[in-house]
Amino acid sequence: MTANAGSDEVMEVDVLVIGGGTAGPMAAVKAKEANPDLRVVVLEKANVKRSGCISMGMDGLNNAVIPGHATPEQYVKEITVANDGIVNQKTVMAYAERSYDMIQQLDKWGVKFEKDETGDFNVKKVHHMGTYVLPMPEGHNIKKILYRQLRRKRVEVINRYMATRLFNGPDGRIAGAMLLNPRTAETAVIKAKTVILCTGAAGRLGLPSSGYLFGTYENPTNAGDGYSMAYHAGAELSGLECYQINPLIKDYNGPACAYVTGPMGGYTANAQGDRFIECDYWSGQMMMEFYKELEGGKGPVFLKLDHLAEETVEEIEEILHTNERPSRGRFHENRNTNYREKMVEMHISEIGFCSGHSASGIWTDENARTTVPGLYAAGDVGSVPHNYMLGAFVYGAIAGEDAAAYCADHELPEIDKAEIDKERARILAPLNREHGVPAHQVEYKLRRLVNDYLQPPKVTRKMEIGQDRFAEIRRDLELISAEDPHELMRANEVSFILDCAEMAAAASLYRTESRWGLYHYRVDYPETDNGDWFAHVQTKKGEDSKPVNFKRPIDPYIVELGDAEKDAYQKLRVNNANA
Amino acid sequence: MPSTKITNTVPVTVNAEACIADKGCSVCVDVCPLDVLLIDQAKGTAYMGYDECWYCLPCEKDCPTNAITVHIPYLLR
Repeated sequence: MTANAGSDEVMEVDVLVIGGGTAGPMAAVKAKEANPDLRVVVLEKANVKRSGCISMGMDGLNNAVIPGHATPEQYVKEITVANDGIVNQKTVMAYAERSYDMIQQLDKWGVKFEKDETGDFNVKKVHHMGTYVLPMPEGHNIKKILYRQLRRKRVEVINRYMATRLFNGPDGRIAGAMLLNPRTAETAVIKAKTVILCTGAAGRLGLPSSGYLFGTYENPTNAGDGYSMAYHAGAELSGLECYQINPLIKDYNGPACAYVTGPMGGYTANAQGDRFIECDYWSGQMMMEFYKELEGGKGPVFLKLDHLAEETVEEIEEILHTNERPSRGRFHENRNTNYREKMVEMHISEIGFCSGHSASGIWTDENARTTVPGLYAAGDVGSVPHNYMLGAFVYGAIAGEDAAAYCADHELPEIDKAEIDKERARILAPLNREHGVPAHQVEYKLRRLVNDYLQPPKVTRKMEIGQDRFAEIRRDLELISAEDPHELMRANEVSFILDCAEMAAAASLYRTESRWGLYHYRVDYPETDNGDWFAHVQTKKGEDSKPVNFKRPIDPYIVELGDAEKDAYQKLRVNNANA
Repeated sequence: MPSTKITNTVPVTVNAEACIADKGCSVCVDVCPLDVLLIDQAKGTAYMGYDECWYCLPCEKDCPTNAITVHIPYLLR
């Protein structure tokens, strides 16, 4: 793309995939497989070779539904219970039914999964009820494998352009996106019949307790871009009050990886070295027990490995120090933490949106369709709960295939030129301002306010004060100045983060009950109220440009729960004298 | 508004002897998800231009001459 001043290069495509991390490459490949004649483009803010939260690979599948170990029905039950009943089961089932095919597809592409001596997948039990965890001891090369497929299927890749807003056509359906180059500040427009948002979590919402803006749990490239873009395009979002909060290694802020260590004998312990939770699978209820222990007299919380045999510890080190977050070895080394001798101190993460781990996302159905025609969402930014990496792959595939079919019946919509001009002026404004406030200062303040006012335990009055302070930050957006295109990218990300903060506050205030353990623990509404609140809470952009909330009924279950199963995740605390 | 500059230590160290940016290599700059690495054209070496690091390591692992070391950012160490 070439330089521009006031006019933009316009590219016309059939399928525009925004985000080249996990779901994105899969969506593009499957759209091309469905119809090789389509023009399919993956747009990536970074570089597809190393982008997204699996930049350095992944150590396993957390939700493998493999015949002989689990059935799709069991999995749907498990996620329904783990998510306190608030699920669209059809979407979870659509994942579960394609889970095994996707594993076989990845296996064929060269992803190495752990197999036993008979060649069967070596699945481990981590969840409360079923068995779904499949280790990938050599999972560090997964991005290379995806990249190879992008090349093979002739998908066009545009690296180092961020999307800032989506455009709607005259009839409301999706029509394309505005692009900004973070190295040159060039802008561009892509007209598209379909857009698939694969932009990952809102990882820079809360501020990590280290105070380091980029020391987040999620890849901090993911500022909540997709949540904000879907919101402004008129799409419905869901479950934004069901925050992502994870148990992590303190300060390092990466996962302690009880899923890896659990099946090998490691566990989450209190300061006395005692187990206090029955199950290390991440859920709101588990986080509530974690939080109580952390704040209680037996806190803080640790990952305990110091009782394991030497060869087991070596195996754990080999997996954890080469995959996903491989710098963790040097972090432990700096603090003289040797797994053999010392438990690893843990803490809880900053809040974020992420359906990969909890349930906050852009509302999609079982075809990955959002409520805006032609707009899809897959992966962490979609709304299918507890979807993890394999869910991102499956929903990427579903979105790619459905988008390819949509293209056959639709022409390219027009984009209003005035909208393009308005958006270009908005995103370039900080570059033309002198002596303003730098983006990082506004971002720090905004995310500190998110911690102060939105982080659970949630208090009504505090969240309302938070809303007032966010309104002040919204005025401050007009003061941000950027000295170079890189800072301009950060300035535009602040506006994504602010949209997410306002949506988080609105959705949390709307649901006047407590649910999902710590994720939505409202101190002034401490009980779960299934009478009034057995429903999805949706968020949409209102007439006054502020978030509006409403309930969406839960679709009738397709897999009924047994009475004994319903509260399985409410009984996570170890029941003995030591706990 | 009036402003000032503050100095931050950055987590990425580049060994100038080993770095071959002067020969046209830009692998570390290409792979960084946060786009914080730059090439100093005068010196012909890569350096970290912004203190915005996820300590994720693609720059270090993909460097063809092992010129890069990623440290844990000071605030987290």
